[in-house]
Amino acid sequence: MTGFPTLSFAAALLEALPPSMDYLRILPEIVLSIFGMVIMVLDPLMDERQSRKTLGAIALAGAVAGMWATWRMARSPGVAFWNMVRVDGFSVFFHFLIIAIAAVVILISFEYMAVQQIRAGEYYGLILFGVVGMALMSSAIELVLIFIALEISSISSYVLAGFRRQEAASSESSLKYFLLGSFATAFFLYGIALIFGATGSTNVDDVSRALRSASPPLLAYVSVALMFVGLGFKVAAAPFHIWTPDVYEGAPAPIVGLMSTAPKAAAFAVLLRIVFAMNAPGPFWLIWVSAALSMTLGNIGALVQNNVKRLLAYSSIAHAGYLLVAFAATPELGTSAVMFYTAAYAAMNVGAFAIVSHFANAGERYVTLEDYEGLGRSCPLMAATLAIFLLSLIGIPMTGGFFAKFYVFSAAMKSHLIGLTIIGVINSAVGAYYYLRIIVVMYMRESRKEVPIMPVPIGLAWALAISTAATIYLGVLPNSVLRYAQHSAQEMVQQSAPMVQQSAPSGTATFGGPCACMRKL
Amino acid sequence: MSLHLILFLTFGAVCVAGAVNLLAQRHPINSALSLIAVMGALAGEYLLLGAEFVAAIQLIVYAGAIMVLFVFTIMLLNAGEEERTKGSRVAILLGVPGMLIGGTLVAWVLLRHSGTGSAPVGALLGDPKTIGQLLFHEFLLPFEVTSILILIAIMGAVVLATKPEATENRKAR
Repeated sequence: MTGFPTLSFAAALLEALPPSMDYLRILPEIVLSIFGMVIMVLDPLMDERQSRKTLGAIALAGAVAGMWATWRMARSPGVAFWNMVRVDGFSVFFHFLIIAIAAVVILISFEYMAVQQIRAGEYYGLILFGVVGMALMSSAIELVLIFIALEISSISSYVLAGFRRQEAASSESSLKYFLLGSFATAFFLYGIALIFGATGSTNVDDVSRALRSASPPLLAYVSVALMFVGLGFKVAAAPFHIWTPDVYEGAPAPIVGLMSTAPKAAAFAVLLRIVFAMNAPGPFWLIWVSAALSMTLGNIGALVQNNVKRLLAYSSIAHAGYLLVAFAATPELGTSAVMFYTAAYAAMNVGAFAIVSHFANAGERYVTLEDYEGLGRSCPLMAATLAIFLLSLIGIPMTGGFFAKFYVFSAAMKSHLIGLTIIGVINSAVGAYYYLRIIVVMYMRESRKEVPIMPVPIGLAWALAISTAATIYLGVLPNSVLRYAQHSAQEMVQQSAPMVQQSAPSGTATFGGPCACMRKL
Repeated sequence: MSLHLILFLTFGAVCVAGAVNLLAQRHPINSALSLIAVMGALAGEYLLLGAEFVAAIQLIVYAGAIMVLFVFTIMLLNAGEEERTKGSRVAILLGVPGMLIGGTLVAWVLLRHSGTGSAPVGALLGDPKTIGQLLFHEFLLPFEVTSILILIAIMGAVVLATKPEATENRKAR
């Protein structure tokens, strides 16, 4: 058209290239992908009999580099790649949390993989690639990108769940997770399609604007419900929780530690963006019912379990329920409570699974409650550490679990969710029974079975030290993390809701739905 | 009734009938063949929306390449007829009414919704140029990230498909 085709082409190319700042805003993802690919390329080059610990060390270095990249990313907040991702306090928090979980899980895996005699080359690569997806989920503000990131995180978990190749239970776990997970993802995708039909956009900010300008169309309610089904599956919330015990029982123990925390944290981050930043209409009762059901079914299911992995699976359903309570609260209180809870839950749950994977031994033979009898005497330090994590899962003061529950329930109380809070507190009391049962078994019973006790290797010791320190730190000095969470929650809610900015600090007038609903009751 | 509507209903009917047949058939090869019908009918629907490029891609990639792979896999595995168990009967008893209720609900909402605030689909999609611009400009990041998705899918397939005792055999030789 201009007569200078090459010049206009160059100009168009320059215009089409994203500014270099944009790459900084996805730096953790880039760094983790590169490390993942390095592992992938090195694995076939190595001698087959050689131990894969080197690759694990590279993966660990990748996670540490990813944390450094997160720190770099945090210094340049803003949107990147044409409104695809947003770097704010919220996404930085989840990036850091997810990468830290992965680092600890890699530390646990060194010993586990050697004991189970699993060739773990791709294993470490898949963890890193999965983390790329989870990290992207927390910073993406475009539903299409959220969907792709969710798929990356899910597919890597499906494969990782099947890594105990000699065991049929592991294949069962992988296949079950895959089939049900794809089914749930279809619901999520259909929800995205309908929200596009209702608002003409898939960008969280644009959707939020469109939904606020007019009374939300009926279609938006349906699409939010469908997206909730998809995400509810990923976080193992009732009534989409049926897969959890079977999948957790069959999957390798360190991977269960990862699966029950990192993808869940990412899915909760997406849910926070959809419920609060996108101003999605009508999720209140959905979340109310799902929270109440998850807490109740999870805790009741855990009461009768004899397998520690299954018990912790039901416990994770219950914890998803406690977390969902915060989603029914007002945006700012709810968001900060969820952020704190995911961090505390990650610390204690990864720690608990670290110990389970240490005691499990070859073929994961020792995972029932009977095998834990007398551990308080034969292995006092490990038993004490597990006791700390279990006390934190109950929510005893001085541990992270206490403040996590405290903030969730106080957020619910401030949002006048009396009914849900009462259900939650009763459930916490029920939950105390089965956690205490493990402690009682460890300390007050004689072991009836010969359970081999192995020395604690250095990697596992570090993993336990980190998760214990995080659990205690969040329980004794929760202020700094909580203040950060509150600050970024405010930031996230306000940047998507410029119209309610004036009333936002009071924290009560922003979310008419639940308050109005509860007052009617 | 315009021709457009007639075509839409025809393709839609073929699509739904194919999908139902896919589930009802017991032999995997019959299911795969009805999936081809679903894919073809969907391509017709895309064409009606003015997305001729997507329609062509749908035919070439899905109805063509992917379905050939499907059929080959079924043949190579020599997959037989599926067996109905007690569990699958319960699933049919609960699932079919549940699906009908859910489908009716969504259809009812979609019908009520028609007209108000519909998205300008025809204006957004269409020729390869627009799609290319969207794909390599605004949606550059999702497009690139998809490569990681495919990469882990390949890695996962390799990991889960290799026999665990393969390494021992090679050592013995």
